[in-house]
Amino acid sequence: MFLIVLESRTMSELTALTIAEARDKLKSGELTALELTDAYLEVIDAANADLNAYIAVTHERARKMASRSDERLSGGEAGTLEGIPLGIKDLFATESVHTQAGSHILDGFKPRYESTVTSNLWADGAVMLGKLNMDEFAMGSSNETSYYGPVKNPWRRRGSNIDLVPGGSSGGSAAAVAAHLCAGATATDTGGSIRQPAALTGTVGIKPTYGRCSRWGIVAFASSLDQAGPITRDVRDSAIMLKSMASVDEKDTTSADVAVPDYEASLGQSIRGMKIGVPREYRMDGMPDEIEQLWQQGIDWMRDAGAEIVDISLPHTKYALPAYYIVAPAEASSNLARYDGVRYGLRQPGQDIIDLYEETRAAGFGAEVKRRVLIGTYVLSSGYYDAYYLRAQKVRSLIKRDFEDVFADGIDTILTPATPSAAFGIADQDMQADPVKMYLNDIFTVTVNMAGLPGIAVPAGLDSNGLPLGLQLIGRPFDEATLYKGAHILEQAAGRFQPDRWW
Amino acid sequence: MSVDLDTVKRVAHLARIAVTDSDAERMTGELNVILGFVEQLNEVDVDGVEPMTSVIPMDMKKRQDVVTDGGKADDIIANAPMNEDGFFLVPKVVE
Repeated sequence: MFLIVLESRTMSELTALTIAEARDKLKSGELTALELTDAYLEVIDAANADLNAYIAVTHERARKMASRSDERLSGGEAGTLEGIPLGIKDLFATESVHTQAGSHILDGFKPRYESTVTSNLWADGAVMLGKLNMDEFAMGSSNETSYYGPVKNPWRRRGSNIDLVPGGSSGGSAAAVAAHLCAGATATDTGGSIRQPAALTGTVGIKPTYGRCSRWGIVAFASSLDQAGPITRDVRDSAIMLKSMASVDEKDTTSADVAVPDYEASLGQSIRGMKIGVPREYRMDGMPDEIEQLWQQGIDWMRDAGAEIVDISLPHTKYALPAYYIVAPAEASSNLARYDGVRYGLRQPGQDIIDLYEETRAAGFGAEVKRRVLIGTYVLSSGYYDAYYLRAQKVRSLIKRDFEDVFADGIDTILTPATPSAAFGIADQDMQADPVKMYLNDIFTVTVNMAGLPGIAVPAGLDSNGLPLGLQLIGRPFDEATLYKGAHILEQAAGRFQPDRWW
Repeated sequence: MSVDLDTVKRVAHLARIAVTDSDAERMTGELNVILGFVEQLNEVDVDGVEPMTSVIPMDMKKRQDVVTDGGKADDIIANAPMNEDGFFLVPKVVE
């Protein structure tokens, strides 16, 4: 009995290590990759029935990869992520492993290739623990549209046992990181899908500049908006993981030909004299006082650290979300045309080929995906293209110009809240009745995708119920290094936040 | 602008998604909420504004026009729900 207690404590001590801490212990030989991986597999097996963060756990592969890491560690050939156990969002193609984008239509799909981002991670020595739950095709802000059921947020309101959403679409990634079911996770962000769940779970999430991480091998949702990035426990781990994920890739024509800097080197640098913009349009009507106070707290922290705070205007902010709900569904309707019941995944019988397509797609797509495919098909259909799609792309140019103007005026980074509220309940009645209410979750994050800029969400405090809230920093294209510098200042001031274990 | 039941059924057919009458009725309401929300874009003066065609200004990367890939028929049909002799199987298309 006594022995069991001792063992379980050791296990949670191992899984409590950040990537940077585990990296140092692995290098010094104080810990083996196999010990660390086994500790994670054990906590996943114990917790996943409660949290539903993983939809496939790759025990054998993880242990094999960890053993190889141990060989390389002892041979002095360790990569930058050698032996670090990671969770992978189900949107990334992983060779011969479950890859279904949280959808039924990719039933049984096991790719014969590996995404560029995950290839980069494995080349640096990382270990795959499994595939993480997500909103179907990354469409959602609560992880409730997954075919595999909702993920539960490891955070609960103080004194409450009501289950909350972890945010979405990278809800499995955020929950797994917050509950220590992986050392770090890959995620993707089309309108806020990295930053919103990070904010709702007290974790760090960065959406890099469009073109920073290769999209090759990532199931496409909206190709001009999708970007991969990490969700981690702290800012340093984020810098370490992004450095590995990012690359210049011939297989993605939108992969930018810009060298990847050492982001970790930015941490601890002074922000004295840095100009931080505070956009007045982000002060929305009906914004909760707690969000307003958190924002002001962040402004004070940055000023105390020597930054100059500048009141700025981004006049087209309120049009970003409506423009997004034309552009993203339009691109999705085109990207999702490939799911036809013939080449991969689910197939429903049909009397003829059209019937086969229609029955397969009716059975394979969930309600939110159908809704968006229909909106996208409608706005691209003959006679409506100019009124909707073309106008939205013009508004998008104006949104981008707003940012270009403030950066041209010398602003280095922009500070905003990450989300308009803390985590809400699973099956929230208001959100279920009105799709637009759910879409409003992304009001502070979606502008960044529309303009292709980098944005990072950092935990900044707890609300009166004890739930985490986050702040967002937005940067110039390819200037993730400045975001890390600023995010590290916020993290130092705010501290780190961890949920009380109930699962 | 708003959509009616017939338009929703027509768009669903264009999108190759079978819908029942009750699906279509529910979707009509949902789509109209979304279309009502995006209506506010009409307030924006977009005269003389170029539509965005590329998020980050960059030249499209081009490669030599040579064969760089292929010979993977087995990989390509590996995930097909029905295949035979290296072909995808579909219902009869030509009578």
